[in-house]
Amino acid sequence: MSAMALTSASLFGLCGAALVGIGLFCIVSHPDLLRRIIGFNILGAGIFLVFGAVARRGAAMELGGDPVPQAMVITGIVVAFAATALAIALLRRLASLTGSATFEAPAAPPRSEP
Amino acid sequence: MTPTYAATSGGLLLVLAVMLPAAAALAMLVLGPRHTRRVALIALALGLVVALATGLQLVRSGTALIYVIGNWQPPLGIALRADGLSVMMLAVTAVVMAATGLFARELFGLDLATSDGRLATSFWILLMGLWSGLNLVFVSQDLFNLYVALELLTFAAVPLVCLDGRGETMAAALRYLMFALLGSMFYLLGAGLLYGAYGTLDIRLIASAGQHGPAMAIALALMIPGLLAKAALFPLHLWLPPAHAGAPAAASAVLSALVIKAPVFLILRLVVDIAPPGAAAVAGQVLAVLGAASILFCSVMALRQERLKLMIAYSTVAQIGYLFIVFPLAGVGDGTAPWGTIAWTGGALQLTSHALAKAAMFMAAGIVAEAIGHDRIRDLGGFGRVLPLTATTFGLAGLSLMGIPPSGGFIAKCLLLTAAAIGGHLWLALTILAGGLLAGGYVFRVMDRALATPAQPLLLRKPIPLRLELIPLVLAVLAVGLGFLPLAPFGLLQIGRPDIALVSP
Repeated sequence: MSAMALTSASLFGLCGAALVGIGLFCIVSHPDLLRRIIGFNILGAGIFLVFGAVARRGAAMELGGDPVPQAMVITGIVVAFAATALAIALLRRLASLTGSATFEAPAAPPRSEP
Repeated sequence: MTPTYAATSGGLLLVLAVMLPAAAALAMLVLGPRHTRRVALIALALGLVVALATGLQLVRSGTALIYVIGNWQPPLGIALRADGLSVMMLAVTAVVMAATGLFARELFGLDLATSDGRLATSFWILLMGLWSGLNLVFVSQDLFNLYVALELLTFAAVPLVCLDGRGETMAAALRYLMFALLGSMFYLLGAGLLYGAYGTLDIRLIASAGQHGPAMAIALALMIPGLLAKAALFPLHLWLPPAHAGAPAAASAVLSALVIKAPVFLILRLVVDIAPPGAAAVAGQVLAVLGAASILFCSVMALRQERLKLMIAYSTVAQIGYLFIVFPLAGVGDGTAPWGTIAWTGGALQLTSHALAKAAMFMAAGIVAEAIGHDRIRDLGGFGRVLPLTATTFGLAGLSLMGIPPSGGFIAKCLLLTAAAIGGHLWLALTILAGGLLAGGYVFRVMDRALATPAQPLLLRKPIPLRLELIPLVLAVLAVGLGFLPLAPFGLLQIGRPDIALVSP
């Protein structure tokens, strides 16, 4: 791809892809559940950025932006917020019951989850 | 311009199927805990009527039911469509939900202190949320709408897992949530890519697009593994056994019988309805290999479990595998119509009979745990003497899982086996046979304990009312009874397939 072809939509798309990668890495490499939940949020942000790029590209004709992906992003943010709240609530309960914020038994040395 | 979808009479029933449980959940929040149970039972009765009416309307009209929400046509609006397969799923869901509702009422009623407590109230509200999500997955035509339905399903299913609030069920619920969230993220990314390529999220419009670029392949490669994580197919099944085994008996019945069927149904729609033939054939082969691995590996794992509920949970993963070997057997992607094949009917029967049998089995295990106080298989010697009806339920449900005639599971596995033999898929035929033998192994292990004569007779911790034992028995008898109507589903499953709008442009 030449430098000329790097429109703002492609830039957003590439940034979204990078965020998805960072989020995924965060989820699979950390046994700490709070970090994984943050990873999910980064992953979600990357996906919403890709949606934004799609909205920009889809509206190349005359409109400023395609409204459908924007509506989807808003719904997606609400869903991601609810998911994060549920996960944090479960995690707090787990931590108060077992004293550990991972899936490991409290005494076991940390090792990575599959 | 002719509209993409023409609403049919009776289409409003689909809206009712989705909205009735949602309205019931809202009513429960407004009316408070004292009326929760009554509202739930009324909603369950009405839901059964709606499912029955949908089925009658479908059979009478002979075409798929369609409703266009707010009369906004896709690509901007959302359409609901129910063909034969969807209506079958709606009906199975309504039956299992109603049985679970009655079972839960009796089970929570055993302990008067908790019968209207927090646990029971949360259970009823979550059950309604689950039902609404399930029905929406079965009728929606819009990929993003389906994403919301899947998330609703997850948010209702995860708290059901940890209703009793113990540390281990909390960990199981969190693990479930992690897998499910990762799955929906991948699904959402795939849906976004499809929108970017086709400018619509409607399944019919995407399928009718003339040519498919690389976006389709990438989107499918994201969405199908995402859904597999939710459907708990090997090797993404790690979350399922602790989650389904830790949930209260009534909740495990719904989770195992229905909730994991929703992503399976969606994978089926993606592969059969959206994917171009070449991609569908590849996806079908990969899914069949994973399905076969699931059957063999998880059946062996089920044999090795010490606890009854864990054994049943592993058996669920194994039985789900059968649904995935349908793809190559039905000839998905080779240009023929998969819904006309015997493997398609076999898959649908397997889906139905497993839903009924597994719900019955989890309820039976719940009764055993409630009456005896634990579910360690080794120490259950002679439970058939004190709980004869529950042991019978377990045996009848086991018949269907093993595939012994006469039962729904037998017809299903027989059809799949025949299809494998005709199609020359020797390895799939051997897998089906081996899976049946292994299922026999784990069911007989429990039946052996049920009929054993223990040195000290088992004592019941509390009396179990007859009604509680009868509900799973009815489900198990239904699962066996499916074996006596093998020809009925053939016609029903073909209604609305192929989508007429796709055939005549």
